Amino acid sequence: MAMQFYASPEQIMRDRSEYARKGISRGRSVVVLSYAAGVLFVAENPSKALHKVSEIYDRIGFAAVGKYNEFESLRTGGVRLADMRGYHFDRRDVTGLGLANTYAQTLGAIFTEQSKPYEVEICVAEVGESPEDDELYRLTYDGSVGDEPGYVAMGGQSESITAKLRDGHDPAQNLHDALALAAAALSSVGGENGKSRTLLAGQLEVAVLERGVTGRAFRRVVGAQLDKLLDTPTKASTRSKSADVSQESAPRGSGDPVDTGEAARGAPPAEEDVPASGSAVGKTSGKGAAAKGSQR
Amino acid sequence: MTSIGDYSGRLPGIFTALGVPSFSTFLAAAAPELLPGNTGAMGGGGSAAELGAHGTTIVAATYPGGVVMAGDRRATMGHMIAQRDIEKVFPADPYSVVGIAGTAGIATEMVRLYQVELEHYEKLEGVPLSLNGKAHRLANMIRGNLGLAMQGLAVVPMFAGYEAADDRRGKRTKRTVQRGRIFGYDPTGAMHEEKYYHSVGSGSVFAKSALKKLYARDSSADELVRACVEALYDAADDDTATGGPDLTRQLYPTVLVVDAEGVRRVAESELANIAGSILETRKSNPGG
Repeated sequence: MAMQFYASPEQIMRDRSEYARKGISRGRSVVVLSYAAGVLFVAENPSKALHKVSEIYDRIGFAAVGKYNEFESLRTGGVRLADMRGYHFDRRDVTGLGLANTYAQTLGAIFTEQSKPYEVEICVAEVGESPEDDELYRLTYDGSVGDEPGYVAMGGQSESITAKLRDGHDPAQNLHDALALAAAALSSVGGENGKSRTLLAGQLEVAVLERGVTGRAFRRVVGAQLDKLLDTPTKASTRSKSADVSQESAPRGSGDPVDTGEAARGAPPAEEDVPASGSAVGKTSGKGAAAKGSQR
Repeated sequence: MTSIGDYSGRLPGIFTALGVPSFSTFLAAAAPELLPGNTGAMGGGGSAAELGAHGTTIVAATYPGGVVMAGDRRATMGHMIAQRDIEKVFPADPYSVVGIAGTAGIATEMVRLYQVELEHYEKLEGVPLSLNGKAHRLANMIRGNLGLAMQGLAVVPMFAGYEAADDRRGKRTKRTVQRGRIFGYDPTGAMHEEKYYHSVGSGSVFAKSALKKLYARDSSADELVRACVEALYDAADDDTATGGPDLTRQLYPTVLVVDAEGVRRVAESELANIAGSILETRKSNPGG
């Protein structure tokens, strides 16, 4: 009769933690932070197709590091859950906290019940009325969840990136400054001999959850718009650039037929004749199309 | 079978499993009771047509830069007016609109599901469905309602959208022409593309005839908005179930325009002007 070797639960959990941590630390990092006009996601990700940052629902975004297939299945589950809740109840009833709880349960169950834990770390972010109302939940491989104050860094060497963010973060920052901080934090690690590197626009995946938007607030910042934001413009031009986000993205979201008070949620309210959000898409159909197509 | 009710806190396997990026297909597997038409067996074989309110006339027309869709605001139950300010034309997603005539309750629920369907696909796949894909999806949903349609609860939608660069990754292919397109349906889900203008609902015969005379292929969006409002006026003139502009209550048709910039709703003040000018013209010539 074969005898199984005894391993204490502590040992098993430790081994699993170590395994998951190793997997996560190999990956490139992601930064999520609040700024004046929304929540910014910046991921070091050379791929244009395999996303680390994505939209879950109206005010909720998702960022992840680690194994792609694992966090992709979590993302899919999150979109399905959010859409189902929003369809069953109302769009306003889909919250980041609910989603974070579900992810925590799911990750916790996988960590304890399956032989291999998920090698992922995810952030569920919900944009609020003001930076103080933003909710950033950081979830780790074992299902523990933390409510982070204004900024989150995940992935390899996240401690030193977090330290950079702690020093430079200011919720009143505009998009340009917030992006500069995030890029600086990400590039502060990983260089030769622990020195900092330079990250180009092509190596960054950038998206925002815009504050004060009715309907879907998630926008990808791509192409010329991203190049422009990453430059170092003067203070004066910074402001106009941060305003560009709403202009360059396609109009989003769809109406809710039941809510007739606001029936055309996707379209602008009846009093406004031209959607501010649409202008740039029409102006530069090629670029606008690219921006739209890349909102995935 | 999982549903929101018996949901234990963690994501059931079906949520994270690979599958078709269709929300209604997912719902059919995960929570079928939430799908419209799955609300329990209908008793008896009689007609249910008089149970709920009916929405009436929708018109749509294309112009070189896009497409316009408009619907009147009346819902009827038999000979009664059930609602004066119902909305029957909705944005389906940022580049398409859907209008539904027929049983209001089912139509509203179908539009809601359809909106989630399009958004769900876009979020899961990273790119929106092609315009043809959106149109087919709607046909499919209409077909799913056939059982109820045979009991008198038919819905007849019309779909219109702007076909921009809707292929993969946002790059334009040679096949896609940037233009507005209209798709009509019948209650069995048969789909047909209408090239210039189309109308559905009880007043559609009159609305379409009016639009036939008012329509010009090279119209501007503004001209077409007026033509659509006027077509609805003509429908209301001859069909009791279609509501005309209600000046006392400030209720005007719902008009949505889709162009390269997306869906926009024509402002109420603009519609008030258009309706006012149509009424002024009709005072001297009631037939238009």
